[in-house]
Amino acid sequence: MFGKLDLSAIPFSEPIALITSVVVILIAVGVLILITVKGWWPYLWHEWITSVDHKRIGVMYCLLGVVMLIRGFADAIMMRTQQAVAINAPGYLSPEHYDQIFTAHGTIMILFGAMPLVLGFMNFLVPLQLGVRDVAFPTFNSVGFWLTASGALLINVSLFVGEFARTGWLPYPPLSETAYTPGVGVDYYLWAVQISGVGTLITGINIVTTVLKMRCPGMSYLRMPVFCWTALASCLLIVATFPVLTATLAMLTLDRYLGWHYFTNTAGGNPMMFVNLVWAWGHPEVYILVLPAFGIFSEVFSTFSGKPLFGYRSMVAATLFICIVSMMVWLHHFFTMGAGPAVNTFFGISSSIIAVGTGVKIYNWIFTMYGGRVRFEVPMLWSMGFIFTFIIGGLTGVLLAIPPADFVTHNSMFLVAHFHNVIIGGVVFAVFAGLEFWFPKAFGFRLHEGWGKAAFWFAFIGFWVTFTPLYVLGLLGMTRRLQHINFEEWRPWLYISVIGVGILILGVISQATQLVVSIRDRQNLRDVTGDPWDGRSLEWATPSPPPFFNFAVMPDVEGEEAYWGIKLRAVETQQLSPEPTYEPIHMPVNSPVGFYTAFFTSVFGFAMVWYIWWLAILALVAAFAGFVVFAWRDVHEFEVPVEQVASVDRARRAARAALLDRLGTQEVLP
Amino acid sequence: MSLSQNPQGALRGVRRGGVPCLLSVGLASCSGGVLDPRGPVGADNATILINATVIMLAIVVPTILLALWVAWQYRASNPRGEYLPYWSYSGRIEAVVWSIPTLTVMFLSGLIWIGSYKVDPFRPLPSKVPPLEVQVVSLDWKWLFIYPQQGIASLNQLVIPAATPVHFSITSASVFNAFFVPQLGSMIYAMPGMVSQLHLQADDPGQLWGTSAHFSGDGFSDMQFQVKSVTDADFAAWVGSVRGAGPVLDRAAYAELTHQAQRVPPSTYGGIDPQLFHAVATQEIAPGPGPEPEGPSHAGREVSTGGKD
Repeated sequence: MFGKLDLSAIPFSEPIALITSVVVILIAVGVLILITVKGWWPYLWHEWITSVDHKRIGVMYCLLGVVMLIRGFADAIMMRTQQAVAINAPGYLSPEHYDQIFTAHGTIMILFGAMPLVLGFMNFLVPLQLGVRDVAFPTFNSVGFWLTASGALLINVSLFVGEFARTGWLPYPPLSETAYTPGVGVDYYLWAVQISGVGTLITGINIVTTVLKMRCPGMSYLRMPVFCWTALASCLLIVATFPVLTATLAMLTLDRYLGWHYFTNTAGGNPMMFVNLVWAWGHPEVYILVLPAFGIFSEVFSTFSGKPLFGYRSMVAATLFICIVSMMVWLHHFFTMGAGPAVNTFFGISSSIIAVGTGVKIYNWIFTMYGGRVRFEVPMLWSMGFIFTFIIGGLTGVLLAIPPADFVTHNSMFLVAHFHNVIIGGVVFAVFAGLEFWFPKAFGFRLHEGWGKAAFWFAFIGFWVTFTPLYVLGLLGMTRRLQHINFEEWRPWLYISVIGVGILILGVISQATQLVVSIRDRQNLRDVTGDPWDGRSLEWATPSPPPFFNFAVMPDVEGEEAYWGIKLRAVETQQLSPEPTYEPIHMPVNSPVGFYTAFFTSVFGFAMVWYIWWLAILALVAAFAGFVVFAWRDVHEFEVPVEQVASVDRARRAARAALLDRLGTQEVLP
Repeated sequence: MSLSQNPQGALRGVRRGGVPCLLSVGLASCSGGVLDPRGPVGADNATILINATVIMLAIVVPTILLALWVAWQYRASNPRGEYLPYWSYSGRIEAVVWSIPTLTVMFLSGLIWIGSYKVDPFRPLPSKVPPLEVQVVSLDWKWLFIYPQQGIASLNQLVIPAATPVHFSITSASVFNAFFVPQLGSMIYAMPGMVSQLHLQADDPGQLWGTSAHFSGDGFSDMQFQVKSVTDADFAAWVGSVRGAGPVLDRAAYAELTHQAQRVPPSTYGGIDPQLFHAVATQEIAPGPGPEPEGPSHAGREVSTGGKD
């Protein structure tokens, strides 16, 4: 009846997992009770859960990402403290538990922390920057988000029902095959990643289509903000490589569920094939994350220097160059398999070549500041921290791309330090710069500056104190994924690293405090103009927060930096453009199909993990039924009456006129 | 010309351990790491690592300083910073900006190309002394070293003669591992059903250590082994003391080893089945059985018998 599932799946013997589970369940129940008591369900249902508004979906993506970042950070705290106390001692985490933690940390941080945040930014920004009212497939977009959330849910369920994988975040066979890992951990991994992978692919298709087909009049490709270019490149990589991941994991699933032999030790299976295939996705994946991060930094450097981005075309070229070359470097993740010098040379050089594109970008950001009026507000601090951190991370990355150097640093703590150096310094810093930068656009008020600066400095210093010792440990020969340490000499470095984690915790607390303080003081921090940073691209032409239809009248773009041009004209002529003729707008209706499908997909994944076949079949049929009902819908759009459009836009124009009066009394431009 | 007699100054410095200690100022312990190599391969690895770092620092440090200077010079509060609100293109700067990383990478590509061939793990080391053959099998969670020329084997300890090249043939009897002796240099994967080759050499007698550098399950943290580099005479004496003494590594004895176990103390075998390594590598002998639960386990949560301490 319940497959492999029975009460012994609850980890009663593991106090840490049990207490965490109970606390998480209590918090979840508490939130649900609060929502019910306060009567927030109708609001949540109509405005968020069933929303097909790209901005709402973007915000929900970011919320999911932030929650999962905290979960992943909790794992990180346990890993660093375990290694510090387990020097010639067993520590407080058994190998069974520790191995799950580092696997969950990697999987969550990349696939359920960083990915949702990056997808969230793309969802929120791309239509606004392109001057359109929504993405190409709004309901499909909602399905994609909820499938990602479904995968995240499955991973968290594994904490208190059964176990998670203990194989590392990429489950290399034969360790991940049934013979060596018979438990449900790898199955949780497979279904969680597969389900969220479908969600990611949906978003990828959506953004590519939006950028290619839905730009506003005059928005030619070479007038798009660089963020849209990086989103396009990132989503092209998603479309090209996520199917590879899906196919690879499907093969591993067949090995595990039906006893097939793609990657097994015996019967002709070849585990190295998995390693090749999974990195054919895995390396482009890091560029899927970091290209939009580069886009965010480009917007920040330009806005806070009060100048157009230096070398715009060069930036576009570098982005596309990285996009293509990133698919030709995957073998550098396993130079040590012994492929021979010719193969290693090819992949070593191709990996270093990526540094050309990245190097060009760095110089272009520096020259963007040259001749500017650089304002060191919080997003700019993160961006400067990024330049410093990412250059060093790039240096160690090129070192790892040199096969003879990789032969002594592969799989070491040096490697761990390197990829945290580029992913934290690149992606996470970008995310925090972006949250600070676009928060007023999304919610209508700024975040508190002082707490934001505190968060940056704690994160920046904490990062270096945590990870510099790991570089040293790697050079001392320490490999990654050690549950306990047999070398007394490594103790000081492990201790310093824990101090760094303590500083990072202060950063997280500052970030949380910033949010609380800003919500409390939101009246004082309110952004009434819609253009709090003196922005340059079209999202700043809308009020904060933008109306659900984004633009009352489609903008007509006449050059690069569309909004900057509009602003400049208004300042020169000391008046707004004449009031346009308003027309009714057609917008897509909300749909519960995304939530409904993801609900049953979660049930399906859970049933597959535990071999509850009847439930799996039922859930799959129910999930599919949602699509069928949606496909036969009668109403898919509604009309926004012209009066509503006009009143929203007149309010916006009034705010702009007030801004213009204020600007008119100052010297804005020479 | 022997690699170990490379006249390059930097390399000699590395060999003495002087350069790495200088470069890693602040390292509390300079012993045991990859920057303190004790053989020609490790010295090459360390030299390439250091040379590439220095080459890149020559670009990276000025770039970081430039970024900081520009940001500071053109801060909004600085009246002396000239404001150029429309300046966003310069063909000359673009040319320089693309050239600097391109030239750096071209230079490094040469290093990659030459280095990949020079430090190819499969390439025999040039030496007048014929290499010692060692067959390596990674097991859950121990290392088996078979000396086919001597007809002996050892578990979790590797004894090699100094100044003699060693040719390792490496396979795995269960999951992936990586064979790595940090101070001797290059690591390589131990993969089931495949044999990787690795040539290493220790210059002087001494105590070293080796480890698995690829996660292989619950017992991974203790997959370290002693490496003793000894004089030729000591090696002969060791072989003599092991040969004929203790158990023989036949298929039955090997079958015992395939079961999961952690922290197995070092031991030796006085005789071997000469076909054993071949049979393991070709999987004529079935791979290790993996976890073998005793009694009822938790639903979906395996309990390994592999010796919790």
